[in-house]
Amino acid sequence: MAQPKKPIKKVEHVAQPEKPADQLEPAALPKKQVKQVEHVAIRFAGDSGDGMQLTGTKFTESTALAGNDLSTFPDFPAEIRAPAGSLAGVSGFQIHFSSEDIRTPADEPDVLVALNPAALHANIADLRAGGMVIINSDAFTGKNLERAGYDGDPLPELVDRYRVVEIPLTALNREALKDLKLSTRDKDRCKNFFTLGLMFWLYNRPIDSTVRWLETKFRGDVLEANKRVLKAGMHFGETTELFPASFTVPKAKIQPGTYRNITGNQALAWGIIAAGVQLGRPIFLGAYPITPASDILHELARYRDFGVKTFQAEDEIAAASASIGAAFAGQLAVTTTSGPGLLLKQEAIGLAVMTELPLVVVDVQRAGPSTGMPTKTEQADLLAALYGRNSDSPMPVLAPCTPGDCFAIMIEAFQLAVKYMTPVTVLSDGYLANSSEPWLIPDVDSLPRTEVRYREDPENFLPYERDAETLARPWAIPGTKGLEHRIGGLESEENTGTVSYLPENHERMVQLRAEKVARITQDIPPTEVNGADHGELLVIGWGGTYGAISSAVNEAREDGLDVSSVHLRHLNPFPSDLGEILSRFRQVLVPELNAGQLRRLLRAEFLVPAESLSKVQGQPFKVHEIRTRIEQMLSAGS
Amino acid sequence: MAAATTAPLKTRDFVSDLDVRWCPGCGDYSILKNIQKVMPELGVPKENVVFVSGIGCSSRFPYYMNTFGFHTIHGRAPAFATGIRASRPDLSVWVVTGDGDGLSIGGNHLIHTIRRNLNMQILLFNNRVYGLTKGQYSPTSREGMRSKSSPQGSIDHPIDPIALALAAGATFVARTIDVDAPHLQATLHRAHAHEGTSFIEILQNCPVYNDNEWLELEDRKTRVSAALALEHGEPLVFGPKGDRKGIRIHDGVPSIISLGDGDDPVSHGVATHNEAHHSASYAFALASLARPEFPLPIGVIRAVEKPTYEAMLQAQVDDALEARGPGDLKALLHSGDTWTVE
Ligand code: SF4
Repeated sequence: MAQPKKPIKKVEHVAQPEKPADQLEPAALPKKQVKQVEHVAIRFAGDSGDGMQLTGTKFTESTALAGNDLSTFPDFPAEIRAPAGSLAGVSGFQIHFSSEDIRTPADEPDVLVALNPAALHANIADLRAGGMVIINSDAFTGKNLERAGYDGDPLPELVDRYRVVEIPLTALNREALKDLKLSTRDKDRCKNFFTLGLMFWLYNRPIDSTVRWLETKFRGDVLEANKRVLKAGMHFGETTELFPASFTVPKAKIQPGTYRNITGNQALAWGIIAAGVQLGRPIFLGAYPITPASDILHELARYRDFGVKTFQAEDEIAAASASIGAAFAGQLAVTTTSGPGLLLKQEAIGLAVMTELPLVVVDVQRAGPSTGMPTKTEQADLLAALYGRNSDSPMPVLAPCTPGDCFAIMIEAFQLAVKYMTPVTVLSDGYLANSSEPWLIPDVDSLPRTEVRYREDPENFLPYERDAETLARPWAIPGTKGLEHRIGGLESEENTGTVSYLPENHERMVQLRAEKVARITQDIPPTEVNGADHGELLVIGWGGTYGAISSAVNEAREDGLDVSSVHLRHLNPFPSDLGEILSRFRQVLVPELNAGQLRRLLRAEFLVPAESLSKVQGQPFKVHEIRTRIEQMLSAGS
Repeated sequence: MAAATTAPLKTRDFVSDLDVRWCPGCGDYSILKNIQKVMPELGVPKENVVFVSGIGCSSRFPYYMNTFGFHTIHGRAPAFATGIRASRPDLSVWVVTGDGDGLSIGGNHLIHTIRRNLNMQILLFNNRVYGLTKGQYSPTSREGMRSKSSPQGSIDHPIDPIALALAAGATFVARTIDVDAPHLQATLHRAHAHEGTSFIEILQNCPVYNDNEWLELEDRKTRVSAALALEHGEPLVFGPKGDRKGIRIHDGVPSIISLGDGDDPVSHGVATHNEAHHSASYAFALASLARPEFPLPIGVIRAVEKPTYEAMLQAQVDDALEARGPGDLKALLHSGDTWTVE
């Protein structure tokens, strides 16, 4: 969603003590007062077995249908389930929704729903002062407190700072299900939907989409139980004295059109399907399961009706190799992975560079090095994507900037791959992959369409003859009569492609491969500068940090600060106007979720004294972190 | 794809214009010649033929074939071939690999490609040495082999390619010899006719780094005793007249029985070769026959039917198309919950 935005206003509803509820609401009916607020951020937190991701997702879907702008951030614990009730096992899901344009899941939640003491302990520091914390009081027992690292009851200390709402969720949930023949364990598993129902009531969200989903997912008593507690949660909100009023967030004033909620991984998978349709050739995906990229494989495996062939390979190398084989055979080939997998694929990708075959490589980056923190986000594979292969092995690198942009970037990646006959890397990240936003569904007829041409004419066919404009060699696929030829990893003679060890030829080919990638600048649109096109400070970022950077810069500009921003979707080659833009600012700040990789590239390429704002905590930037640095640089520079 | 070639092809149609550069006397020459000889007999238009290789002496092979060819990276040829064949079942795909390429660095891909049973031919040239890197012991080298990297003798226990292929669930497994032209050609025909992954171990001589490794099998005179020639439905007999022997397999354990010239092998307990045996344990028993205790089985060890990966993949595509019709991008993007802002 792209509109300049105001600083995040604090939600007023929870900080101010209301009149005692019984005076406001003498009877259960008519309904309680409904207050309007502009935006709210809620974090659902619980044990990884508590279904917090599902609760968050359902709340998000309903919020999307309510017409708010939104941004979500699921924060998963490590994949291997930690002991129940422990800090390591806490799973969180934050949703920020608004009647205005928003781009981040919000720095601080206004409401924290904590289903156990560990969830409280792990998240309370993030809650804004005066915010509301809703806890399951049944879970605040001695043992759970101990597991969460609390010495005693933490709640008395919280009441000064926050509005603490204690609800015996476990008991209420069991009570609602007492006549159903389900085990207590099964009943307790429904309590996240009791909580969801309560939150639906509190923020006046429609429940229909969740009920529809339950009906497709469950049957019999389990369906009945979930539906019942969802409604029981709503009813509890309506009748309890704990909540004197409920809230509503008006529909966002956003660009007209049809919207859906979408995560980065889903958009990326659909972008691949769309590329197949728009380029008119079949898709082949070679992949090996890896967090956080596996969902792309799962999603694409569902769409054989689009002619999509997915191949779950025996390892990352085979996934890349099979994809390159498919590209040689004329398919739109893609391989998806995360950092460790990218490194395993690099030798094969080098072969695609050498044989000049179109291949799209997707790296959904995660915190590293090595196995690192697989469920946590990072942007630290940029240099690996650019330079992680042996010898001079240039290839284009693109990065989407929002979950929805993952769709568009895949079509672009395939277009470049086939137009220039080159492998292309797309760098997504764990944050983009799993977070979601409302996405204006593009008009299919207006999507870019490219005709893919295979070489067919055997007359004067040379496997490495180059197109004058793009330097691409012909895509001559098996099955085409008269075009039999051999390609491989050995250096090829210019034009003929015959194996050659001649010194001058090798140098020439190294240059041609580099020049070909450099020419992609002719396909990159002019760089958009957010704010004034010259001035004191330019903040420049890439990938999934777009929301936080643009929000921080827009806030600062509204406060009169001399700052602009640029967000790069093309990391190699850089847009041709980038050097010129950089030269128009006195200072350059590069916020990245790595130790300064883009900063290093900008310095090397443009000799600008770019400074780094580095964050490597496995977490996305908060808006205020960037804002603070902007202010520091501007006050030091003036 | 392109229409079939009309004029009958000749051997020379499959010869590329690149000079062949193996060491003089290398077994690869004979294999190349035989493959070029067989190709026109298969009736496949040469534009539909793809040779895929990894790295090693044998992996230079595609350059010498005037077909489509892809010389890929070390050990991964079966994975590249998988992508080609899974996406283009109209192509005739041949993988050429060696004992280092296929069994060491590429062992994983070999196993998994075989288990998926893609319809392709995998030719593993086994010379029991690394040739391209100039003479280190390989995964099939005999224990104690002295090489540049094992001056005191190799302490690796070797792997048997046939047993490995069988363990991976291979539907077609054969062994042949570089210089035995008729047998090599017949085996290639059989492999090509088989629907599924055909794995052929070709015993190949490297005169430079491991000369005469297979001499007793390559030499016609010694072959009679050193090889167990497999014929489907025929008893497992070997040895010259006057010294005939047979293989008995009891409880999966093979042993040698001496036969008089007039003896009926079967009534003496000699096993009858059944390449389509429902149980792979018979083939494993054959695979366990090793020199010098036993003759080395030469021929088709196992040939059974199983659906191919690419056929099942295509069937899933067809099923999805039949059930849902061709994918509609607009419908996909609008599927599930959407809302409209006026
Ligand atoms: S090194 Fe051995 S295998 Fe390689 S080409 Fe020479 S003789 Fe043949």
